[in-house]
Amino acid sequence: MGRAWNRHILRRWIRTRLLLGVFSALSAFAQETHVGNLTGHAAAGKQFYRRFCIGCHGPFGDGNGENAPWIDPKPRDFTSATFKCRSTPTGMLPTDQDLYNSVARGFTNSNMPHWDSLTRHSRVDLLAYIKTFSARWQTDKAGDVLQIPAEPPITIQSIAHGSELFQKLECWKCHGQQGRGDGPSASTLTDSRDNPIRPYNFAAGSDDSRFKCGAENQDIYKIFMTGLDGTPMPSFADVIQPDDAWDLVHFLRTLQVNRKSKENDALRTAGGKIPKVETKDAAPATAPPAQPDTKPPGAEK
Amino acid sequence: MRLAKSFVISAALLLGPGLIFGGTVSGKVTFTGTPVKAKTIDMSKEPSCAKAYSNPPVAESVVTGAGNTLENVVVYVSTGAPDETSAPSHAVTFEQKNCRYAPHVIAIQVNQELKVVNSDQTSHNIHPLARANREWNKSQPPGTPPLSEKFDKEEFIPVKCNVHPWMRGYLAVLTTSHYAITIDDGKFALPNLPPGKYTITAWHEDYGTRTADVTITGSETKSVDFSFAAKAY
Repeated sequence: MGRAWNRHILRRWIRTRLLLGVFSALSAFAQETHVGNLTGHAAAGKQFYRRFCIGCHGPFGDGNGENAPWIDPKPRDFTSATFKCRSTPTGMLPTDQDLYNSVARGFTNSNMPHWDSLTRHSRVDLLAYIKTFSARWQTDKAGDVLQIPAEPPITIQSIAHGSELFQKLECWKCHGQQGRGDGPSASTLTDSRDNPIRPYNFAAGSDDSRFKCGAENQDIYKIFMTGLDGTPMPSFADVIQPDDAWDLVHFLRTLQVNRKSKENDALRTAGGKIPKVETKDAAPATAPPAQPDTKPPGAEK
Repeated sequence: MRLAKSFVISAALLLGPGLIFGGTVSGKVTFTGTPVKAKTIDMSKEPSCAKAYSNPPVAESVVTGAGNTLENVVVYVSTGAPDETSAPSHAVTFEQKNCRYAPHVIAIQVNQELKVVNSDQTSHNIHPLARANREWNKSQPPGTPPLSEKFDKEEFIPVKCNVHPWMRGYLAVLTTSHYAITIDDGKFALPNLPPGKYTITAWHEDYGTRTADVTITGSETKSVDFSFAAKAY
């Protein structure tokens, strides 16, 4: 055909490759994760998804993998970008660190293992690929990370105030008075896909192994401040002050009756009973209607 | 020239009001068949709400009126009107009253403020089960200020309270201001429609949607009725 033709073909090949390269670089750029000093790329994460995740989370990332019908709780649907364990307000996307923690920690009492088998770098690549299942990662503004104030000392007063909040905020309606997950509304709870779901049982066991979003005091703090999206657990961020929130955390720890903790020590030192405190709280009670004055004016004379 | 000018003036006089006030689509929504009997709600787990009802309340998924009319149907212009992305400045209120949502169905425009009020003596959590919009879930104890929220995508969003499982409501987030929600007489009216071709959609939470195409040429009123088939269960 001639050298001119060969040059033409070569030029066309180079142009196509350049365009493809730019395109995939742009798509990969759009889906990146940053955790610590690591940057993950979606293109590199795809192979891990297809090897490790697709069986439960499905080829389209919607939680409809081959294993999904047989397991409970159901695998996360990445297409809705709704996640349970976050540091951001309800309805907002989690941070990359939140996602990383979930993959690294796994979800106890579920089929999601802790992915020790993946290196840190593989995990961040995998997370970048998971973001490709929802356009929200490109359109939504990132949520403001919850600012957690320093934890105040663990005292019986803090626990007592927390106990009061547990009543006032009506946590017991689902969690039960002893936090056993047996409150009046517990049996009818369903998650956002209408699957039955149970509230956390604080009293069972003697350790923190069943906490799904981390087991430190500040992880518990985050749970009721951000809510567990996709589940019945709402966010209380609008109705509880940060200091009051710490009191609630300290009280919740005493519901874990068999766990050794500073909170249980404080309770034991105080005689094992939580004292009643004067109300100094966040949610104002509805004021009773003013009683009319039954004496007519001037009747005293 | 004078003839043309007077023609233009008379045409403007004829069409002008139509252009300013527009046409109207109105009608009635009815159903055929027999709706399933509404289930009684057992509110005994929430005495503070149960005491408000002298007769036990019933589920509101199908509410009917005399003459087989259907209530809580959202009738709106689904195509033909331009999307209205700048929402009205006033808020739409969604109230939790006696452990039910009042009203049961509201219509709100994209980016319009939703004000959620808790008028009860018990806590509720307000949990719109959105798919296209963000899904959020907030607790609202009694005596706390109203919540203010917005939605940025068109969607019919069911709302529930997880604490009180019988509570069910709907937020119809629309891109148009041309909407109406039927009450017990089943009637609706969509005024101020400029000349053009429109698709009117009627949505019911259980019975689905019905559509009708309508053309407005001036300031006339076009009558469009919708009929839904009642479901046996």
